[in-house]
This record gives sequence, structure tokens and C-alpha cells, in this order.
Amino acid sequence: MLTRFDEVDVLKTIARTLIILTLLSAQAMAELVIDVQGVSQPTPVAVVPFGWEGGSAAMPLDVASVIQADLKRSGRFAPIDESKMLQKPTDGADVDFQDWGFVGVEAIVVGKVIQTGENAYTVRFQLFDTFRRKQLLGFQIEKATRGNIRGAAHRAADMIYEKLTGIKGVFGTKVAYITAQQQGKGRLYTLIVSDQDGENEHTIMESRDPIMSPAWSPDSRQLAYVSFEGNKSSIFIQTLRSGNRFQVSNKPGINGAPSFSPDGRKLVITLGGVDGNPDIYVLDITSRQTKRLTTHRAIDTEGTWSPDGRYIYFTSDRSGGPQVYRISANGGTPERITFEGSYNARPRLSPDGKKLAMVHNDRGNYRIAAMDLENKNLLVLSTGQQDESPSFAPNSDILIYATRQRGDGVLETVSADGLIRQKMESGQGDVREPVWSPFPRFQ
Amino acid sequence: MSYLKMFTVAVLGALLIGCSSAPIADPDPTDTTYGGTDDASSTSGMNSDDPYGGSEFEDPNAGELGTVIYFDFDSSEVRPEDQDLVARHAMQLTDKSFFNVRLEGHADERGSREYNIGLGERRAQAVRQMLMIQGVGAAQIQTVSFGEERPESMGSSESDYAQNRRVEITYTN
Repeated sequence: MLTRFDEVDVLKTIARTLIILTLLSAQAMAELVIDVQGVSQPTPVAVVPFGWEGGSAAMPLDVASVIQADLKRSGRFAPIDESKMLQKPTDGADVDFQDWGFVGVEAIVVGKVIQTGENAYTVRFQLFDTFRRKQLLGFQIEKATRGNIRGAAHRAADMIYEKLTGIKGVFGTKVAYITAQQQGKGRLYTLIVSDQDGENEHTIMESRDPIMSPAWSPDSRQLAYVSFEGNKSSIFIQTLRSGNRFQVSNKPGINGAPSFSPDGRKLVITLGGVDGNPDIYVLDITSRQTKRLTTHRAIDTEGTWSPDGRYIYFTSDRSGGPQVYRISANGGTPERITFEGSYNARPRLSPDGKKLAMVHNDRGNYRIAAMDLENKNLLVLSTGQQDESPSFAPNSDILIYATRQRGDGVLETVSADGLIRQKMESGQGDVREPVWSPFPRFQ
Repeated sequence: MSYLKMFTVAVLGALLIGCSSAPIADPDPTDTTYGGTDDASSTSGMNSDDPYGGSEFEDPNAGELGTVIYFDFDSSEVRPEDQDLVARHAMQLTDKSFFNVRLEGHADERGSREYNIGLGERRAQAVRQMLMIQGVGAAQIQTVSFGEERPESMGSSESDYAQNRRVEITYTN
């Protein structure tokens, strides 16, 4: 005979299973299809609509739905629908754990937005473990404004995510990318910065000539990029806040593939010269002095710094096809890093220095792969035919890259273990070359 | 190149002679009163031939020269059938040394973008080397690689790719 306790447990399990099934079918129909593979099962959670203490005006942002969308998009959480909530508390004191246990969520977020001035708000939230009936986190973000409250919601989501997973959240970070759209006879190229969820797009630069290879400065205040203004490549650094830019390299031939050093003082770039032999150079941004690192007559390009600043990883076809090599940032003899497959290009290191992402030819398809630098295992992470431009999120846990959908470039993210993959809604036209910003730095 | 030049001059000369003599030529080879020989077989043999010969040619200075050179997959070698086109551009550039060209190298969309910039540059350099060997001054030539950024054909089929692997020759003055 079942005890009362056991009955509750059984009911819980049934309810949970039903909810998970409902959620999975709902996800399959949603536009943002979360393509969950393998063993990864999203944890059911509830983000209760936030309360509003601010008089007659409307709440400036539905903070709970931003948090909910962030958690859902991570692929690790399955937030339940509002209609399934048996109660909608906005304060921890009102949470009925038995109800939430019955609904089957493992964690619950409640909170409120409090107006404290004409354009000043406090976002207050609490996170509870519904099984242990325990508060995991209580925080209030003060000094939010109408202009930045979306960022405050992402910050809250980051804190919740980190508390639940142990991994630093990246919801408050940004992504830069390039779009190309047909316009009349020519094309319009645009460099865009948006929040990592695709919202809040800002055009940074626009040109009728191609724009390529955006790269974040380590303080995420500047972007370096290649522009073909005047039918010639040159490299610019642009400050996001002011929009001011300056040209840092305009040599004959190729000026390409910029990437900032970890201290932000240098760029590794590719210069081709009049004779068109692309090699890796280090450019001191202040003095504009360049130092040549490679001299091989093969194509050496796509340099990127290791997070500790000691090495520069780059693509070279000195062995025939493109492979990844590394060279000491001070120069020396390059060492070949990749050996698996005939095509490995565009290396990018995870910020924790443990993984190397690249474009890898997988049986005729160009896909994103990541190599574990310790055991050298290569894991193919994407499933397209023309996937390119991998870039790690600053927590090293997710990558963004470009793939094709009906002929146009679109952006996708994938967890570093390859289990959670999803499309990112962003930009118009052909979207390419996404680069994930570092964590924002606060003074 | 000088061989081609001589050939062109010879053909041009032949055509000029042909043109000037046309009004006085008797168009009817069977007119026996015009011929002066008794050997009928030999006379008819001679008269059945076009007395002037000649063939079609393109004038490199007047006609529209092709300006796009296509490349095989993973190759930066100018195909044999395109070498004549490059030679004619070389002739034009050596004749008129005040002419400058920009060689725009392109790649198909496969693979990574900056590496494709390298591949496009390699193609532009192959054409540049060929022009320089034929006497074009280095200062007359500028190369730029657009990699896969400016496709001629927007699709993703083999034939689209074949159209996109190219060098475009643009006269900049």
C-alpha cells in the first residue's frame, strides 16, 4: 500500500512527465526550434510574471519573459507556460512549494519591478529550489532605466543561470555580425551589434563595398574590421559608443583577418603585399609598427591569440590544404596543430584555452568542429554544408557560427558539447561572420 | 606576344590588300576569255581558289576584350584557353603603358572567408605574373582579392561556383 508521501511522489512524477511531453511538443512547433540532441534534458523551471509597483504607468518591460526566453534559449531549461502556474507570487513569502512541486518544476523565479523615480527602476528577484524549498538567490538590481532595463533582465538571467548550472551566464553579452543585402545592382554590407538574443540591433557601419572579419577588443568597447572601401582592403578600429573609427592598416594587397591581443594593445593581422603572399603580422595599435611572424610562400592567415597571449594560432596551406598551426607570439617556428581531415581553417580558441574551434571539412561538408587541446579529440558540432566563422561565448560553453538556410546565411549557436543547437533570429538578408563579445567590464 | 603581333599585322595586311583589289577582280572564274591559258585543267584549278585567302581576327585595340578569367576548383592556374586573352591584355598594356589595371581575384563560397581571400589573391597574382612576364610594368598592376564576398552567381551549385572562381580585369584609367 502506498503511503500518502508515495502517492504525492507518483503524482509528481506523472505530472512532470506530462509537462515535459507538453513542453517538448510545444517546442517543436515554436519558430525558434530548440534542437536538443543526445542525453541533454532541459530542466523544468518556472519564471512567474513579475509584479509592478509603479502607479498607473505600464511596466517598462516584461522582465520575466526576457528571463524566461534567456533560460529557454540556453537549451538547459524548459520554463513552463504561464497557464500551467497554479499561483503567481511576486514575493518569496507567498510561494507555495507544494503547488510548485506538484507542477513539477525544479526551480522558480519570482520578482517585481519597482519604480523609484521618473526614469528609475529596481528589479528585485528571488530564485528558489522547489524540492529543497530553499532560496538560492535573492537580488535587486537598482538604477535601471527604461533604456537599459532589458540589460538588467539579462543580468538577472545570468545570475540565475550561474546559480543553477555553475556556469557563468552570457545573456548580458553581445554579438557582432555582418549582413549583405541585394540593393539595386549592388549589395549593401552592414556591420551590426546586437544583444546575444538577436534583440537590440545597432548598425555600426554600412558600405556598398564588402565588410569582413569583425573582431572585439577585450574590453568590448571597440570592433576591428576589414573594409573594401575604394576597392581595396584596409583595417579599421571603431569605438562603439562614439562611432569614431581610425584606419590601422592600409598596405598594398591584402589587409585582413584582424584579431586583438588579450591586452588589447596589438592586432594580429594578415598582410599580402604587392606580390600577394599572405603572412601573419603583429601590429602595435599605438605605434602602427608591424612585426612579421611568418614568411612562408603559402597562404598564412586567420591569426588569433591564445587567451594567455603566448601563441598565435593561424591557418596555413603550407602542407597542401589549409590546416591550423601555432607560432609563438614573439615569432619562431610554426607547429602544426590539426591533422584530422583535409581542411581545417579559421581557428578560434575558447576563452578558457581548452578548446580550438575551426571550420572542418567533414565528408565534403564544411562544418564547425572543436578540438580538445589536451587529448586532441575532434568533435564536429554543426550539421550544415557551408558552416563557417565559429566564435566562442566568453563562458567557453557555447559557440556561435554562420550556416545556410534556403541560400541565405543565418546564425546558429551550439553548446560546446554539441548537444544543444539552435537558430538565432537576427538581421536581414545574408547574415555571416558572427563574433561573440567578451564579458562586459564594469567599473 | 610578338608572334601574335606579327600574325595580326600579317592578317591585317592581307585583308587590306584584299579590300583594295576587290573592285577590279573578276568574280567569275569560269569566264574563259579572261584566262589566257590553253591548259583547261590547270586554269580551272587556279580559278576555283579564293585568290586572297585570310581568316577572321579580333583587333585587340578596337574590339571588346574579355575581362574575366575563370579557374578550376582549387586552382590558380590560368587555363590554356585563357592564356591568349591574358596575352592580348598584356599587349594592350605594353602598347599603352599609361593604362593601369586592377586584377580582382575571387573564390567560390566554400570554406572560410579569410582563407578564400588568400585563394582569390593567388588567382589575381597568377594573372599578374603572366602579364609581367609579357612585359607589363609592375606599377601598372594592382591586385585585390574579394574572396567569396562578391560572387558573380548567387547560387550554390557547381556551375555557380565555376562562375565565381575568377579574376576580373578592370582598367582603372
